[in-house]
Amino acid sequence: MTFRSKHLLGIEYLNPDEITSILDKADQYVELNRSNIKHSEVLSGLTQINMFFENSTRTQASFELAGKRLGADVMNMAMEASSLKKGETLIDTALTLNAMHPDLLVVRHPNSGAVNLLAEKVNCAVLNAGDGIHEHPTQALLDALTIRRAKGRLHRLSIAICGDILHSRVARSNILLLGKMENRIRLIGPKTLMPAGISDFGVEVFDDLREGLKDVDVVMMLRLQKERMDGGFVPSEREYYHRFGLDKNKLSYAKKDVIVMHPGPMNRGVEIDGTLADDINHSVIQEQVEVGVAVRMAAMELLINARHPERSAGTI
Amino acid sequence: MRNHFILSNARLIDPELDKEFDGALEIKDGLIYKFHKVTPNLNIKNINCQGKYLAPGIIDIGVKICEPGERHKESFKTAGQAAAAGGVTTMVTRADTIPTVDTPEILSFMLKRASEATPVNISPMACLTKGRNGREMVEMSFLMDSGAVAFSDGDHVLTDIKVFIRALTYAKSLNALVIAHPQEPTLSKGATSTSGKFASLRGLPAVSAMAERIGLERDLAVVEMTGASYHADQISTASSLPALIKAKKLGLDVTAGISIHHLTLNELDVGDYKTFFKVKPPLRSEQDRELMVDAIKSGVIDIICSMHTPQDEESKRLPFETAASGAVGLETLLPAALRLYHSNGISLNLLWKALSLTPARRLGLPGGTLKKGAPADLIIFDPKLPFILDRETLKSKSKNTPFDGQRMQGRVLKTFVAGEEIYSS
Repeated sequence: MTFRSKHLLGIEYLNPDEITSILDKADQYVELNRSNIKHSEVLSGLTQINMFFENSTRTQASFELAGKRLGADVMNMAMEASSLKKGETLIDTALTLNAMHPDLLVVRHPNSGAVNLLAEKVNCAVLNAGDGIHEHPTQALLDALTIRRAKGRLHRLSIAICGDILHSRVARSNILLLGKMENRIRLIGPKTLMPAGISDFGVEVFDDLREGLKDVDVVMMLRLQKERMDGGFVPSEREYYHRFGLDKNKLSYAKKDVIVMHPGPMNRGVEIDGTLADDINHSVIQEQVEVGVAVRMAAMELLINARHPERSAGTI
Repeated sequence: MRNHFILSNARLIDPELDKEFDGALEIKDGLIYKFHKVTPNLNIKNINCQGKYLAPGIIDIGVKICEPGERHKESFKTAGQAAAAGGVTTMVTRADTIPTVDTPEILSFMLKRASEATPVNISPMACLTKGRNGREMVEMSFLMDSGAVAFSDGDHVLTDIKVFIRALTYAKSLNALVIAHPQEPTLSKGATSTSGKFASLRGLPAVSAMAERIGLERDLAVVEMTGASYHADQISTASSLPALIKAKKLGLDVTAGISIHHLTLNELDVGDYKTFFKVKPPLRSEQDRELMVDAIKSGVIDIICSMHTPQDEESKRLPFETAASGAVGLETLLPAALRLYHSNGISLNLLWKALSLTPARRLGLPGGTLKKGAPADLIIFDPKLPFILDRETLKSKSKNTPFDGQRMQGRVLKTFVAGEEIYSS
């Protein structure tokens, strides 16, 4: 078996074979999700708990749908409203849930590393749905699958990641994943939004969007949060859009068949031109959402199989 | 006669003479009475050191006792037991307790508690400003009369430079030592790591090593202006060293310390968010660590301390960003420091300068030497004895050590304070 991880805490802990096995499995689930009966019994009898300590609509819905389509019992817990407000620590909350015997715990938390801490304390598979500015592995995996489906391969591509790299867990997971699969990675953004030590990441860094986009196969735009555009990191929204917003003209520097990606939610007119985001010739933003469900189904199945090899017979 | 004995067959380290030699030490009335090259035939108790090392006890600047206020983390009694087991014969205590040590009354109360609870010497620091709030200076003269050996707001940086200048000017008039934490607080606020590749990959809020230099250069400008005696509690990055060297060349009354953690660990030890490695300032790069070891060798950094900071399990069992900072160190200071002897070419004499002699001189304390008339604050230790540290065996009430499970070499066999044996392994 190529997939041995007990948790999905980050891309850092996966090897290229494991990444490929998730993507291969997810490809199968994309087909299932497009068919009339979008249901399987792979996780039937198992319990999945979604613990979101930070607001999320898209990721939580995607995980919920993934679990339900595989036949798991899915429970959502909005942690902001619950016992943390009463002073309970993260570990106590985890132990309480653990006592209910979940099989899969999907966690999003505002602190980097919080999901690692939780995984040490529970005896079920933990999936990181985003921790602080550390990792968001399923997003990187769904981005990888989108690229692989559009380009036919996931190696030796020139891929630009643009925008607020500093505060982006999506960027970190993508840099790790695309690096492990041997792609050329370019980071483009204002110097104030680049993490320290970035030159040691094995990437090329640009602060000019046109120059950075030259001949790339893939452009990944990142969301820039409004509160970071008030002069603290960049002077203003309009200056940012002028220099780093993606539009037709800037995109023309990339390869002709370039694809444009965005993890959402988008700020149209801030980091990306609205019509470009909808341009079916380049934009694969809707595909990212579509394969996101399939990637999460694949990841959950493989984690369960790694823990319970006896279940793996008879899956698709 | 009471308290009259001889420590024979020892290998002595006297950092003041900068020598190691064999012999025996006669102890009388709590003081070092006489050195004997050959053990004389006296009719007194003879403790045979069996060729092991005999050295002045460690004087540890910056120990947090947690009493008053947080006795569940550490008390005078447990800190004293830990110190004795670690070969620390004088704890220079921090003032960042609850309440802070900022009046002579609290200081006197604290010293009374300490004397009842532990035989280890306590030399207290007092706050530089009331409540460590950086606004009004404390009653320095009264506090010195009550026993304060230095003034420090701990890791609170005085941001109002006017207050800082006045406090140092006033301290200068009393010949008082001010101990500060060089750091630019607007940069370090909320930071848990040193900025660089590791912190960026882990997604941890980080501070540039440059924040220490910015803070230090500011402090040194004020020292130059006021002529005060100044000790930087922890210098941990290479970028701070040129300013320090320059200040010493100018003849300013400046010394610098470093915690043993910054000399023996680096930022990568945090691994997957291990909170026992969260200290303040954060652990640095391996390159910085190596350069700090060199700075000990060259004497640019003068003093090594444990920065003993007990934290209970609850304050460490949290996500890295929200977990408390600090590590216990009284019992691991010596074995960790011996790593520098075993692996980094630092002699025992040099180590003892940084652990005992220089702290004593800096604070005006009598220890750190084996000369006649010095207090018999002594330790017998074996630098080679190997062991694996198990944090549950620590005598500190809190067990937050970064060395848990690690192989260490070197242990204290006996500790004496004022000629009384207070620890035996």
